[in-house]
Amino acid sequence: MKIDFESGIPIYLQIADQIEDAVLSGIFPEDTQVPSTTELSTLYKINPATVLKGVTLLAGNGVLYKRRGVGMFVCAGAKEKIQARRKQSFFENYVASLLSEAEKLGISPDEVISMIKEGAEND
Amino acid sequence: MIEVRNVTKKFRNVTALQGLNVSFGENRIYGLLGRNGAGKSTLLNLMTNRLVPTEGFLYMDGFPLTENDKALGKIACMGEDTLYEPSVRLRRIFEWTAIFYPGFDSAYASALAEKFGLDVRKKIGQLSTGYRSIFKLILTLASGAEYLLFDEPVLGLDANHRQLFYAELLARYSKRPCTVILSTHLIEEIANLIEHVVIIKNGRILLDRPSEEIQSMGFTVSGRKEAVEEWCAGKNILGSQEIGGLMLAHILGEHSGVPASLTVTPLDLQQLFIHLTNS
Repeated sequence: MKIDFESGIPIYLQIADQIEDAVLSGIFPEDTQVPSTTELSTLYKINPATVLKGVTLLAGNGVLYKRRGVGMFVCAGAKEKIQARRKQSFFENYVASLLSEAEKLGISPDEVISMIKEGAEND
Repeated sequence: MIEVRNVTKKFRNVTALQGLNVSFGENRIYGLLGRNGAGKSTLLNLMTNRLVPTEGFLYMDGFPLTENDKALGKIACMGEDTLYEPSVRLRRIFEWTAIFYPGFDSAYASALAEKFGLDVRKKIGQLSTGYRSIFKLILTLASGAEYLLFDEPVLGLDANHRQLFYAELLARYSKRPCTVILSTHLIEEIANLIEHVVIIKNGRILLDRPSEEIQSMGFTVSGRKEAVEEWCAGKNILGSQEIGGLMLAHILGEHSGVPASLTVTPLDLQQLFIHLTNS
């Protein structure tokens, strides 16, 4: 996990994204505890309120739930929820920027498609 | 809450603070920023009653702060000066501090000393600049006070000890919520630690805002010089830089309607500070 302080993306969103990434990659399986606000805040040297905002966002999204007096845990089905939500923004986040960079470099959409196929085969 | 109301402080014919109004609420981490001589230390010394205001009043939870032992006992301040007699041993000062601050946590102070590699058997006069800062940091962190004031907390500390201090401060804050006021020149290091920013310039408050709002206060546009100049006309420009045909302009306000030919990057707290406090 790494926070990019220069990116201009609000820190609390980065915290939320990083926890989501860890859930997606299986670092935090369902019903396991995620690091506490204090742990995250001392690790990255950021204000606990900022961390809390990111964690609260995930609790509102159905990714995390709170066990009173214990901490925050990963919800059942969190992975599927995150995947469904991220698929929706995949076009804006990746496809649109890919095409605009390709246009700058004079790469045609057809060439992009063949590059993607090639990449998928090599993977 | 500590409230500073219409406070003016004069030293003979020098006015250090001029009609200052600011409040520090409970359980928040504040950054108190300003250039050298702006009046930061004067403000901190007034809040701890080491100085008396020329005009105006200071309040703690609604009661006057001046000569108020109960209120002052809630505040611990790590000052710039080291006023202890050089021949006194550190552990003796821990014992004395426990008398002034009944909430002083000796076990915590010892644990911190160990983490920082500070030998409490040493005399205060034997400490290097960095370890003098560390010793005073420990006294303040372990004081048990509800308001922790730090004037240049990391003066002389190496990178390892600075990181350790920030981590310990956050751990202390999470365990026992308190109000923290950090006055420092190392803005980048505390930018994400603080919840609220207060900037002083020439003895007056220049900015008093939640950190969250800082990023939306301004932005930087860059691109071809002519294009930047044309787009920036009539906008509130904080400053600009030119490198060959490339121009960067720092602008105050919301960014909207920036053409695609220009690149927008966020303005961070340090850049905002530099441009706002440049005379």
